[in-house]
Amino acid sequence: MVEVKPNHLIKVKRNQVFAFTMLSLAAALTVLILLAIVIYVMSQGLSVISMEFLLDSPKSMGAEGGIYPAIVGTIYLVGLVILIAAPIGVGTAIYLNEYMPDGRFKSVLRFATELLAAIPSIVHGMFGFLFFVIALGDYTGGWSILSGALTGVVMILPIIIRASEEALRSVSNNLKEGSLALGTTRWYTIKKIVLPLAIPGITTSIILAIGRVIGETAAFLLTLGGSLLLATTVFDGARTLALHLYLVAMETGNTEMAFGTGAVLIVLILIINLAATGLFKLLVRRFSA
Amino acid sequence: MKFQKEKNNKSNIEEGIVKVILFIMALSSVISLGLITFFVFNEGLPFMINYGITDFIFGTTWNPTDQVYGIFPMIVGSVIVTVLAMLIGAPIGIAVAVYLVEIAPRRVAKIVKPAIQLLEGIPSVVIGLFGMVVIIDLLRRISRGPLSEYLPAGYQTGYSVLAGVLILAIMILPTIISISADSIRAVPQEYKEGSYAMGATKWQTIFRVVVPAAKSGILAAVILGVGRAIGETMAIIMVVGNSVQIPIPGWETLFAPVRTLTGNIALEMGYAGPEHRQALFATGIILFIFIIIINSLTLLLRRRRT
Amino acid sequence: MTNQKESNAIIEIEDLDFYYNQTKALKNVSLDINKNEVFAFIGPSGCGKTTLLRVLNRMNDLIPKTRVVGKVQIEGHDIYDPNVDVVQLRKSVGTVFQKPNPFPISIFDNVAYGPKAHGIKNKKELMEIVEESLRQAALWDEVKDRLNDSATGLSGGQQQRLCIARVMAVKPEIILMDEPTSALDPIATLKVEELINELKQNYTVVIVTHNMEQAARVSDKTALFLNGSIIETNETNQLFTNPKEQETEDYITGKFG
Repeated sequence: MVEVKPNHLIKVKRNQVFAFTMLSLAAALTVLILLAIVIYVMSQGLSVISMEFLLDSPKSMGAEGGIYPAIVGTIYLVGLVILIAAPIGVGTAIYLNEYMPDGRFKSVLRFATELLAAIPSIVHGMFGFLFFVIALGDYTGGWSILSGALTGVVMILPIIIRASEEALRSVSNNLKEGSLALGTTRWYTIKKIVLPLAIPGITTSIILAIGRVIGETAAFLLTLGGSLLLATTVFDGARTLALHLYLVAMETGNTEMAFGTGAVLIVLILIINLAATGLFKLLVRRFSA
Repeated sequence: MKFQKEKNNKSNIEEGIVKVILFIMALSSVISLGLITFFVFNEGLPFMINYGITDFIFGTTWNPTDQVYGIFPMIVGSVIVTVLAMLIGAPIGIAVAVYLVEIAPRRVAKIVKPAIQLLEGIPSVVIGLFGMVVIIDLLRRISRGPLSEYLPAGYQTGYSVLAGVLILAIMILPTIISISADSIRAVPQEYKEGSYAMGATKWQTIFRVVVPAAKSGILAAVILGVGRAIGETMAIIMVVGNSVQIPIPGWETLFAPVRTLTGNIALEMGYAGPEHRQALFATGIILFIFIIIINSLTLLLRRRRT
Repeated sequence: MTNQKESNAIIEIEDLDFYYNQTKALKNVSLDINKNEVFAFIGPSGCGKTTLLRVLNRMNDLIPKTRVVGKVQIEGHDIYDPNVDVVQLRKSVGTVFQKPNPFPISIFDNVAYGPKAHGIKNKKELMEIVEESLRQAALWDEVKDRLNDSATGLSGGQQQRLCIARVMAVKPEIILMDEPTSALDPIATLKVEELINELKQNYTVVIVTHNMEQAARVSDKTALFLNGSIIETNETNQLFTNPKEQETEDYITGKFG
């Protein structure tokens, strides 16, 4: 037998204790940073939030008054983006996963999707500005909710495509073959077996995409127009909560009002994260019960 | 004939229509990418060539009112902030990933994981606002206090490289953690068992077997983190001061106010005249090229793995 | 019709080669399978028996980069003719898979799945089909009181019989079975085997198995596969008691496989 020196063993043990302590500290630090941000923003912002804050129009560039138009703008924008991006994204995922044979063209599509996801949102914004605001301005109303939404669609498509593909892939091949072997068409199999089983994953991806739209600012800075007025149609300019926060903080310097908006945003993101996990569990249970 | 295709079969027609619709949808991402590339290059490239590519990239003065467009200070700003943020963010992110997958008790992981997910979801402007108030204030006190005699006046506002680095490091953590964790999780159990069977401790196994086996995935996580950092815009604008200058080399750099490529676009697009706008799109092209290089690296990495 | 044997065959395979990528998985296979008989494919794993089974209702179409050379006729129709609708083909040639794969929906909906897909909407008619199929699959008495329960709650053996009922509800002429009992316990296996014996009155059954006793118990004819080729085809009892080829004898006496 090889003799192991007791000193060596102690050293090895001490190394492990040290390493594990450092790793745990890294994790603790991450959680602490999150808590610091959330608690600080909430503590600064909650005192500003009131019914008037939520339901009034902003005054003096947002340094006073409420954030109602920004709430409405956010809802319009998110609704429109999801309405367009969800069907296209899920449709793309179905085509890639269920219909398209492996090959060069498929790799090209996948690579394009990945690159689209990697493009910084400010570049999406530049494109949206040039294409939707300027070139198609006669149809989109220039700086408008529609221009912002179309830009947002391009931005979140890859997220929905990727997550939906993952959800579709998780459906067992056994079940698909079982259905096809009964003499059903592919589309029937997708409708009746694949999609119902993939719905929890797809729903989660769409909710997370909503979160992404709510949090995004750079792309909308260049396309929404930042109007303080209440939007009535999608051809009106608008601002989202995140954009409002930025403009208030940078242009008026009133950080108190900015924190109020920030607190609303954090609550929204919290709700969305909880909804994503909650809904996933609920949908999984419903279909397997 | 018995199994023959029926021309007017309802489900076959449906199948055909669905397939065409889905195909068109699938083209959307390629078309979008094509349009983005076309529009950005079409607007920016002729300007860049007219102005002179080297003058544009290496010019140190940015003064749109006098038609001087050199973006070198912004390139320096983006690179410094990104590199330093990676130096802080990557080790911490990888450490958290290792902790989550290999060490954390289930109860702790159940808290840490959603926390990371939440951190990823917090809008960048909220993190920027936090930085603008808390971090800037802290740095301002340090630079106006103990460090005031070593720093030029312009470096004492708190708006600085360091503030950007800290904010970015926080923002890239979720990306690095989740992708590294995936690749660590994918290390086959047999590798670890082999190591344990030889009498290695858990830490020795992690350090000598698990992390090396997950190396390429971790590297991909870091590269994607770089992409995320270089493209980040809003939070950065709110904390780096945005002044167009190349910082003094040395430790003072940390306290220098800088402007990034993304910040340049976001700050000036709103009021840019035609030529100025083209210069901003040319800035976008440089950013675009950075991203393509970064993405090609991850692609290369994945090829090597398979 | 030139000779008696061919006119009786429901499946005729002639000089069939099958490729995955560049690999030849089936070599020069020729085989006739008669109506209302149970035909077993036996052989060691990887010998091509499952591949041939999947050729028969073109399930291999789903695997990319595969290629068929040769001729497969079912009831005198070339099933690889470009004008063939695989959906129609699979209605006539059903499959029971190795692992029971009931859909995660109710027992009733599982059996009614095929008929509904083929346009039967009438509730009463569906109920009749479901009951008849479940009776044929010898499952009716066990599940008649819980048709609305999820199929995933059934035992493995019940699930497999449900899958057989699901296939019968489409009223195919041929049923392909890919090692249908390999995931089941002995008692459930026995039930499925009894069922197979019943089935041949109305259906032609092709069963892949690597359990020789099972082939001996359930089939009329057997083909032995080795490395993508058929070594010997004969009446099952002939093949097992009086093999003509040395390799067949080696295989059934357990020298390999």
